[in-house]
Amino acid sequence: MSEPVALKLTAKDFKSDQEVRWCPGCGDYAVLAAVQGFMPELNIPRENIVFVSGIGCSSRFPYYMNTYGMHSIHGRAPAIATGLSVSRPDLSVWVVTGDGDALSIGGNHLIHALRRNVNLKILLFNNRIYGLTKGQYSPTSEVGKITKSTPVGSADAPFNPLSLALGAEATFVARTLDSDRKHLQSVLRAAAEHQGSAFVEIYQNCNIFNDGAFEPLKEPTTRDDYLIRLEHGQPITFGTDGQFCVVHPPGGFGLEVRETAATPAEQIVVHDVTVADPAYAFALSRLPGLDLRNTPLGVFRSVDRPSYDSVVQEQVASARASVDQTPEQQLSALLGSGDTWTIM
Amino acid sequence: MTKQIRQLDRVVIRFAGDSGDGMQLTGDRFTSETAQLGNDISTLPNFPAEIRAPAGTLPGVSSFQVHFADYDILTPGDAPNVLVAMNPAALKANLADLPRGADIIVNTDEFTRRNLAKVGYATNPLDDDTLDGYAVHPVALTSMTIGALAELTVSKKDAERAKNMFALGLLSWMYSRPYESTLRFLERKFARRPELVAANVAAFRAGWNFGETTEDFSVRYEVKPAKMPPGTYRNITGNAALSLGLVAAGVRSGLPVFLGAYPITPASDILHELSKHKKFGVVTMQAEDEIAAVGAALGASYGGSLGITTTSGPGVALKSETISLAVALELPLVIVDVQRAGPSTGMPTKTEQADLNMALYGRHGEAPVAVIAPKSPSDCFHAALEAARIALTYRTPVILLSDNYVANGSEPWLLPDVESLPDLRVEFATRPNGEDGTTFLPYLRDPQTLARPWAVPGTPGLEHRIGGLEKADKTGDISYDPTNHDFMVRTRAARIETIEVPDVEVEDPDGDARVLVLGWGSTYGPIGAACRGLRQRGLPVAQAHLRHLAPMPANLGEVLRSYDRVVVPEMNLGQLAHVIRAKYLVDAIGYNQVRGLPFTAAELETMLEEVLKNV
Repeated sequence: MSEPVALKLTAKDFKSDQEVRWCPGCGDYAVLAAVQGFMPELNIPRENIVFVSGIGCSSRFPYYMNTYGMHSIHGRAPAIATGLSVSRPDLSVWVVTGDGDALSIGGNHLIHALRRNVNLKILLFNNRIYGLTKGQYSPTSEVGKITKSTPVGSADAPFNPLSLALGAEATFVARTLDSDRKHLQSVLRAAAEHQGSAFVEIYQNCNIFNDGAFEPLKEPTTRDDYLIRLEHGQPITFGTDGQFCVVHPPGGFGLEVRETAATPAEQIVVHDVTVADPAYAFALSRLPGLDLRNTPLGVFRSVDRPSYDSVVQEQVASARASVDQTPEQQLSALLGSGDTWTIM
Repeated sequence: MTKQIRQLDRVVIRFAGDSGDGMQLTGDRFTSETAQLGNDISTLPNFPAEIRAPAGTLPGVSSFQVHFADYDILTPGDAPNVLVAMNPAALKANLADLPRGADIIVNTDEFTRRNLAKVGYATNPLDDDTLDGYAVHPVALTSMTIGALAELTVSKKDAERAKNMFALGLLSWMYSRPYESTLRFLERKFARRPELVAANVAAFRAGWNFGETTEDFSVRYEVKPAKMPPGTYRNITGNAALSLGLVAAGVRSGLPVFLGAYPITPASDILHELSKHKKFGVVTMQAEDEIAAVGAALGASYGGSLGITTTSGPGVALKSETISLAVALELPLVIVDVQRAGPSTGMPTKTEQADLNMALYGRHGEAPVAVIAPKSPSDCFHAALEAARIALTYRTPVILLSDNYVANGSEPWLLPDVESLPDLRVEFATRPNGEDGTTFLPYLRDPQTLARPWAVPGTPGLEHRIGGLEKADKTGDISYDPTNHDFMVRTRAARIETIEVPDVEVEDPDGDARVLVLGWGSTYGPIGAACRGLRQRGLPVAQAHLRHLAPMPANLGEVLRSYDRVVVPEMNLGQLAHVIRAKYLVDAIGYNQVRGLPFTAAELETMLEEVLKNV
């Protein structure tokens, strides 16, 4: 194979001529800029990139990307993108969705796209609120949240999007933060390189209806003590001075946070994104508390499994391999198959 | 013993038994043998939704009716001349449909006290006067089958299960059917279990020989081949024909076919059939739900495939929002609705035409789509091609309204010459269409068809965004402009009205009819048979049948107004009649029935005779 030709695209090439219409200060701007800035790295011609979205603030995303794009209907983007990706394996297909779109009305399509391992890059903007409908609680809002539709506090337990994705045995699962451009782009890079479904949760601030939802993860005085920055092959330690670590206590089912000073080095879990059993990444996804302490950021899981697209296309290719007739001849033979009789 | 041979011009046989008795297979094989002989045929399967309803009960009865003749026929027949009843339930469930004098072949082994009690027979109908006036042939089918297989190494259960082949052998003898294709079929079906091939072949031969030797059957019948146009034929069900039509649409358009489907009765067979045709580049996806099925099909259309989804009424309801998106995106999409009796789960294995309103109007906003309906099993092939033609030419969703009656019924199909099928090739947009030579306007329309360019991802220079939000004319940019919305809504409606459809043809051989019968979809056969019956009795009546329900043929208003009375028989409560009244101000008379069964020609004939009297 010859080396691909460098396309020399820039972030500007990925900006469409449409005026961006999110609220001033919305976290979506930062994500858009990060994605536009990252896209040239793909070295894929713009015409071979498609962004498909559902409904919600984040789902306006495709209008602002100078690629092919479809702003579809509420919750259905993974289904529509599946049909596109399976029938057009030459394309790079990205799904942009939100917590309501992906986890409430579209929950079914999301889990099935993930279990099939369709070759989609799914970016879930999680702001824990319904923004476009002006402030109702979402499937990721915390219990007791006071919103317009829950004046005395919400009664539902939230979804943990990563736990859900891992339960569906997603082959690539990661989390990043809207305000950390460098980290966001590093996660996009890993997602783009993955063959199959890549699920990326982006903590995103809605400054109108749920401002500061992830503030402890951004605030310089708290973030280092709250965030666990996952690095493949590295022992999982965190905190301003690396004072915390993650261990797998004997006899326990999950992972726990301990003080590094009091923990023998060999007991500290070494992060491995390739662990076949999703239970490991699932345990990581369960670490954060309600106060956002111990929130892992980065790639949780990245394992190899044939994508649905590739299996389907291989079946078609192998059926076609033996064909030596024109389509018309084939059709003629098919119509005349089975028990036939001729009248003169 | 020499048997008398009697010539008949037509026969209707109904095979009826428990749903585990293999009656569908028996009927299917008899049909195939009959097709080989060159009779015209029409069939009607009728089975419960339960895979195995409790054995021996009335809800568990499954039947298959086949009508064959030495002339061209239009329906599976109103009333059977022969009933094969494999148990008391089959007898009880079907007896009311039998005219006096009909032959009844019963499996006496199943007429036990217990089985009689299950269906509420206080005494054995074979012994009392229940069957007076019928020609009853008591046959110990089960025990004779087991006896015939005594020398073979098969279990008693397998031997007993072969009794349907005994019945088939007997009927094949009675009607002088060629049976080679059945023997070949059994070899194929049980290729991995040679002992079952032997058992079923032996049972078939035992049934045949029983007919030849027993004195109970003194007459053997022949039905001569029908005079049909020359060519090669095969017997085909509507679902099979529809599947082949979709494959053909792929070949004739040169586009990959993508089917997104979720299993649902009575449409699943189309998914099964299309999944076999990967060598044509057909991709089938069994989606997680109905919504995903249509979504994936739409996604594939966006990428340049012929996107198709197949379902039944409940599925169309779920797909409604995505169909509206397809209306806004102006992309080709074929939605096949194999209608069944509703509302809700209704009667999933029974037929109805009650989804017409949903097809025409069942979406939010002004969301017009094209709607067409096949008139017979083999017509499903051509209807599928027509649906694809409209979808591809006009970039619109098309709803194809089949129903359980045409989907599972079968008839001989004159195989078309592939080269004669419509040319469905499309042109994708390849270069900017703006006046400046560099801009691409995704909603700049073809002046003739009003279709917008189909610019598929992967085409350099045409990157654009589309979506469900209202779009500005030509540019496709988001627009909330009042005048633009009004214009776009009217343009989408005009786009459907612009679709070229052939004029409706009227069958009025003598040209003196004053009453027109207007139908659509699967009622073509019974209406046609009723009209023929009336004409043979010197009563003139005209028949017109609609394939295109949206848009309707341009000459329809003129046709309707040239008759004194218009009668619209439908298997719903008057959905087409309602449209006709609203659209053409014609005082159409509805004739409506929703029993889950097709009309009989006789009831239509009686009804029409009344109308004729009052003109």
